[in-house]
Amino acid sequence: MEVIYALWQRQIRRYYRSGSRIMGTLGQPILLLLALGYGIGAIYKRAGEGDYMQFLVPGIITQTVLLSGIFWGVIILMDKRFGFLSELLVTPVSRAKILIGSALGGATVSIMQGMLVFFISMLLGFRPYDWLLVVPAFGLLVAICLALACLGAGIASMVDDFQGFQGINNLLVMPLFFLSSALYPLNSVPTFLRIMSSYNPISYMVDALRYLLANQTHFGLEKDLIVIAVTLAACMYFAVNRFNRIQM
Amino acid sequence: MAQSIITAKNVVKQFGDIKAVDGISFDVKKGEIFAFLGPNGAGKSTTIKMLTTMLRPTSGRLQLAGHDVTKEQNYARKSFGIVFQDPSLDEELSAYENMELHAVLYEVPKAERQKRIQDLLELVELWSRKDSMIKTFSGGMRRRLEIARGLLHEPKILFLDEPTLGLDTQTRNLMWDYVRKLSQEKGMTIFFTTHYLDEAEAVAERIAIIDHGKIITTGTTAELCQQTGTKTLEAAYLKLTGSTTRDEADSGNNNGLNFKMALRNTKLR
Repeated sequence: MEVIYALWQRQIRRYYRSGSRIMGTLGQPILLLLALGYGIGAIYKRAGEGDYMQFLVPGIITQTVLLSGIFWGVIILMDKRFGFLSELLVTPVSRAKILIGSALGGATVSIMQGMLVFFISMLLGFRPYDWLLVVPAFGLLVAICLALACLGAGIASMVDDFQGFQGINNLLVMPLFFLSSALYPLNSVPTFLRIMSSYNPISYMVDALRYLLANQTHFGLEKDLIVIAVTLAACMYFAVNRFNRIQM
Repeated sequence: MAQSIITAKNVVKQFGDIKAVDGISFDVKKGEIFAFLGPNGAGKSTTIKMLTTMLRPTSGRLQLAGHDVTKEQNYARKSFGIVFQDPSLDEELSAYENMELHAVLYEVPKAERQKRIQDLLELVELWSRKDSMIKTFSGGMRRRLEIARGLLHEPKILFLDEPTLGLDTQTRNLMWDYVRKLSQEKGMTIFFTTHYLDEAEAVAERIAIIDHGKIITTGTTAELCQQTGTKTLEAAYLKLTGSTTRDEADSGNNNGLNFKMALRNTKLR
């Protein structure tokens, strides 16, 4: 237990010491909230769909933790490239423990980022539908963050260089975000987009948060929770499987 | 005769068609300072990686302090400390935090941690910098810290993979002084590789020379000189391994992965 705590603590220390990393991953969501929230908001309202900011914020929170989770994987890649992973892998600690401790740290970092975005969006005019539901929303965010941190760790275990990791960002993060229910309501988009979004687990994460924070849902909370649970299990399996295969 | 603490029997490591290590056998006695010499790509790092559980041997048997390296991995891991060829500290943690994390990973009892860390940091003259981030450390300071860290769990064996690479003469001398002291005072077994033959001559009690994945010979400096009819270790070494330079399986950094990469490249072609 102490081992897991120490590895978790390492990730947290690295996070709060790196101001540039905090700002770097916050810049994009703030920009999206301003440009889309205010820019598209007016048209959205005129189309009779209601308050776009309410609709958008759960999507942007999800996007923040998606980006933060995948990019947290960079630390595993850095450990691999700059040698610290060798130190970890020859210790009498199992790889599973190393991964669990580190991924919990990565997930915690993502949660903090997600909460920061939540509070920033409050400044921009967002109001949660029911304050009591904010607590389960953050609880759900823990599961989402853990899934995405595991995804990031798994990918980082597979690639060997930073350029490759950049490529993953373009190939994975962007489509996962844009082809989800984060930015637009799924009931009024063309069928192909609706189908693609329905196969994207990010859509269900957004949908669940949107249900709890803004009282709007497309799939229904029950379906959302099932998909999130399955995604979490799959991501964890993927991370353990890939991390175990790292050869130094 | 003193008992063996490291035993290798017919150890082979194969990456595809390439035999990086080709049936080596050797013994290191308890408390001995043992040097492993060889040209680039001879199989030194691959051997150290197998000894330290980072790579699994294709065949053969490896034992550390009586524990089979592949079958009793965790016991084997607790028995050694290692200073890697490449730096392996967390740059964004302080010296003390790096040590503390290591202590937790190796289950050093909580009550002893602080004292041991302080003693070791004082030994390598880094106590006054304990709260500085590693990224502010020079190469020599990092190496010293890595040595201190490798000793924190009081291992029976210390592996040093080219520990003096890129260090100035002062730091090198200082480092070897520590190492000798550890061997004399604590009876620790030291296994190291180096490209500086003068170091090996001065420090090592016994030397193995490896080339093309095979151990050519083992003995004291005097024995190696006698065997080859030469006067210095360097002359003996060159006579045994030839004076032409080697390419590694792939140029660039020096580790076992090279063989895999080379293999991948040949497959691509």
